Amino acid sequence: MSPFQECKKYQIPFYRCPSFIFLALGTMIIFAVLTSYYVGNRIIDDPLVVALICIILTVILLILSYFATKTFEVLIEANRLKSEFISLASHQLRAPISNLKFAIEILMSGKKGKFEPSQLEYLQILKENTIRLGELTRDLLLISKIESGNLKLKEEKFDLCQLTEKIVKNFSPFARAHNVDIKCSFQDNIPKIFGDQEQIKGVIETLLDNAIKYSKKEKSLVEIKIGKKKKEIYFEIKDEGIGIPQSDQKRIFEKFFRASNVSKSEIPGTGLGLFIAKSIIERSGGKIYLNSEEGKGTTVSFTLPLS
Amino acid sequence: MAKKILFIEDESALQKTFSDFLDKEGFQVISALDGETGIKHAERELPDLILLDLILPKLEGIEVLQRLRENPKTKDIPVIVLTNVDDFEKLEKALELGIKAYLIKTDFTLEEVLKKIKDELKE
Repeated sequence: MSPFQECKKYQIPFYRCPSFIFLALGTMIIFAVLTSYYVGNRIIDDPLVVALICIILTVILLILSYFATKTFEVLIEANRLKSEFISLASHQLRAPISNLKFAIEILMSGKKGKFEPSQLEYLQILKENTIRLGELTRDLLLISKIESGNLKLKEEKFDLCQLTEKIVKNFSPFARAHNVDIKCSFQDNIPKIFGDQEQIKGVIETLLDNAIKYSKKEKSLVEIKIGKKKKEIYFEIKDEGIGIPQSDQKRIFEKFFRASNVSKSEIPGTGLGLFIAKSIIERSGGKIYLNSEEGKGTTVSFTLPLS
Repeated sequence: MAKKILFIEDESALQKTFSDFLDKEGFQVISALDGETGIKHAERELPDLILLDLILPKLEGIEVLQRLRENPKTKDIPVIVLTNVDDFEKLEKALELGIKAYLIKTDFTLEEVLKKIKDELKE
């Protein structure tokens, strides 16, 4: 396989391809050994001894670099296979999950006979957990796409304020159930932006879901701001929730990482949301920031370019 | 007269759930468990709408869609894709072939699918 084909297969830049690294290392070794030969000849009288030392050295170095790059190749192939496996497993899992979800919905609709309230409670548990399974497989699929470089973002013009209003409306029953008020303040005349509306929607949903889910038990407020700064649009969401401990903040955007104060609690979460949000925002040409104080609340903001 | 919906889906559990549900909503549901049967039913029954899965035995969903579009009898039947395949290229291809909606099974409820069907049949 040529280095070009290999790079394409592994979705990595040319200079990081194992075969390219091997070629570069080989060239450098040969060059270094030739220089050593030239210098050695001036110090040691017998040119044959110098040549022999140099040849042995070249062979050893070439063999070593060959093994090093081969090991590297095996590792990235293993990583690629892992992403492929996650993608395949998630697709396979989706079929039984959707069958379960639709069947539960039919039962709960009462069209197949009425249930007692105590039975309905159990059906509700089944329903909520199948939804969680569905969300988890969706997140895993998205991650496998991000990691394999297969996530393609659409380029469409859309109104971020309108999109946010729609999401807030959909979340209002969830917010009420958690005793949370959502306040939106958008600057006037925010221009439309280019990006993948569906993916940005997913990011805002994750941030809003976190802000509500990690709110404190008493009544609290979530504030969303959208504004324009130079050639960017910024989006900010501020909550009065449990916050993230200082020591965990550096790792909060890592895959599967959950802050120590939530992993002990019973609040469900996969630790995938912020990792996905960061990847989507960065791929859309923006940046994501986090500011948090444990016990006081968290502010997450992101920017998106205007063109 | 009850509107006819052709459901091309290889999962028999899902066939049962949807047939039951849509039947109660007053639709006549025709089932096909693979792509080839789906095309035959579409030509014979001329349904008002087709619900199509993408991973199918005998003939893949995208190919079913292509054949439906090539046939003058079936080319104008609205198609809603209901699948678990979350693939950008397949989505693009399906949109090119003029589908009305692309719904991921795990992300939509029966009521939401029903709403899409009703919206489509109203036009």
